[in-house]
Amino acid sequence: MTVKLRNVSKRYGKDFSLKNVSLTFETGKIYGLLGPNGSGKSTTLKMIAGLVYPNNGKVEVDAEEVTRKICKKVAYLTELDMFYSSFTVGNMIEFYASQFSDFDMEKAEQLLIDMKLDRAKKIKQLSKGNRGRLKLVLTLSRKSPVLLLDEPFSGLDPMVRDSIVKSLLSYINFDEQTVIIATHEIDEIEPLLDEAIVIFQGDIIGQKNVETLREEEGVSVLEWFKSTMVQMEGN
Amino acid sequence: MTKDFQTSKPIYIQIADHLSSQIVRGEMRAGEKLPSVREMAINSGVNPNTIQRTYSEMERMGIVETKRGQGTFVTENEQVLKALKIRLQADIIGVFVQNMKELGFSQEEMMDGLEQYFRREQE
Repeated sequence: MTVKLRNVSKRYGKDFSLKNVSLTFETGKIYGLLGPNGSGKSTTLKMIAGLVYPNNGKVEVDAEEVTRKICKKVAYLTELDMFYSSFTVGNMIEFYASQFSDFDMEKAEQLLIDMKLDRAKKIKQLSKGNRGRLKLVLTLSRKSPVLLLDEPFSGLDPMVRDSIVKSLLSYINFDEQTVIIATHEIDEIEPLLDEAIVIFQGDIIGQKNVETLREEEGVSVLEWFKSTMVQMEGN
Repeated sequence: MTKDFQTSKPIYIQIADHLSSQIVRGEMRAGEKLPSVREMAINSGVNPNTIQRTYSEMERMGIVETKRGQGTFVTENEQVLKALKIRLQADIIGVFVQNMKELGFSQEEMMDGLEQYFRREQE
């Protein structure tokens, strides 16, 4: 399912969060949306999720203009803590299953085992790492054609990061899903990505296929990102 | 386990190199089945499209064969496997010679050095 942004701008007051951005995301690929804090990564994801509307331009998922109802097709992992703290892990799973018709209970059970999460535990008793894992379980259990992950690794230790990478690779359906990961932690996700997109102060300043970048320019995404940033800050 | 990759080389080539040396070392035998693309992706923490490219590239080189509906297998063609072994040898020698040149050794000095090394090893 194709996701498209056409000449999209978003202002918060006088400040531009996105300036005339056009992007296309195709099925079966993992995209990295990379940029420093405040560059417009989260705004881009929220627009695709129908949580924020553009001031100008169009956002389309599967040729349908995005509204709040797009959550049927788009699974969105927020960077924020979004759980009811009195819920148990099991309550949270059931709540998600009741909200989303594409929620796959079998997949959720398998993911809970993989992630070593206890169904009976209260959310407030979970460590930060386990809350991060639970967020991923909820997002990956949906069979939605678009998966948006906002900073899935942020504040998590290397063991948790590894388990998240493994679950992504195990549970993404590459024939049917499009995955967009927003992060400033580039090293962790480079081997996961097909395409890297650099966003800076609301502008898309580069998009590259990860392997082509290595093949033709002999640099990793991180090196490319750093040199692009240095150029931008020089201007 | 997620492996560390060199920054300047495509990841699909690094994985192909790794598999090639496993084959030459005999850790994977002629005719043996390779892990599926998905398994390989999970084990190495790499995008499945990249692994697919690794397998395609190795197939192009004749090192592996894909059988419809069955998976990807190490070739049983001994000539290809012999050629692969010789290619890996040439790669390692290439790196060695380059390093020696950078340290300022001549061809003769390298040969002398090697001879001395083997003599000491035999003692």
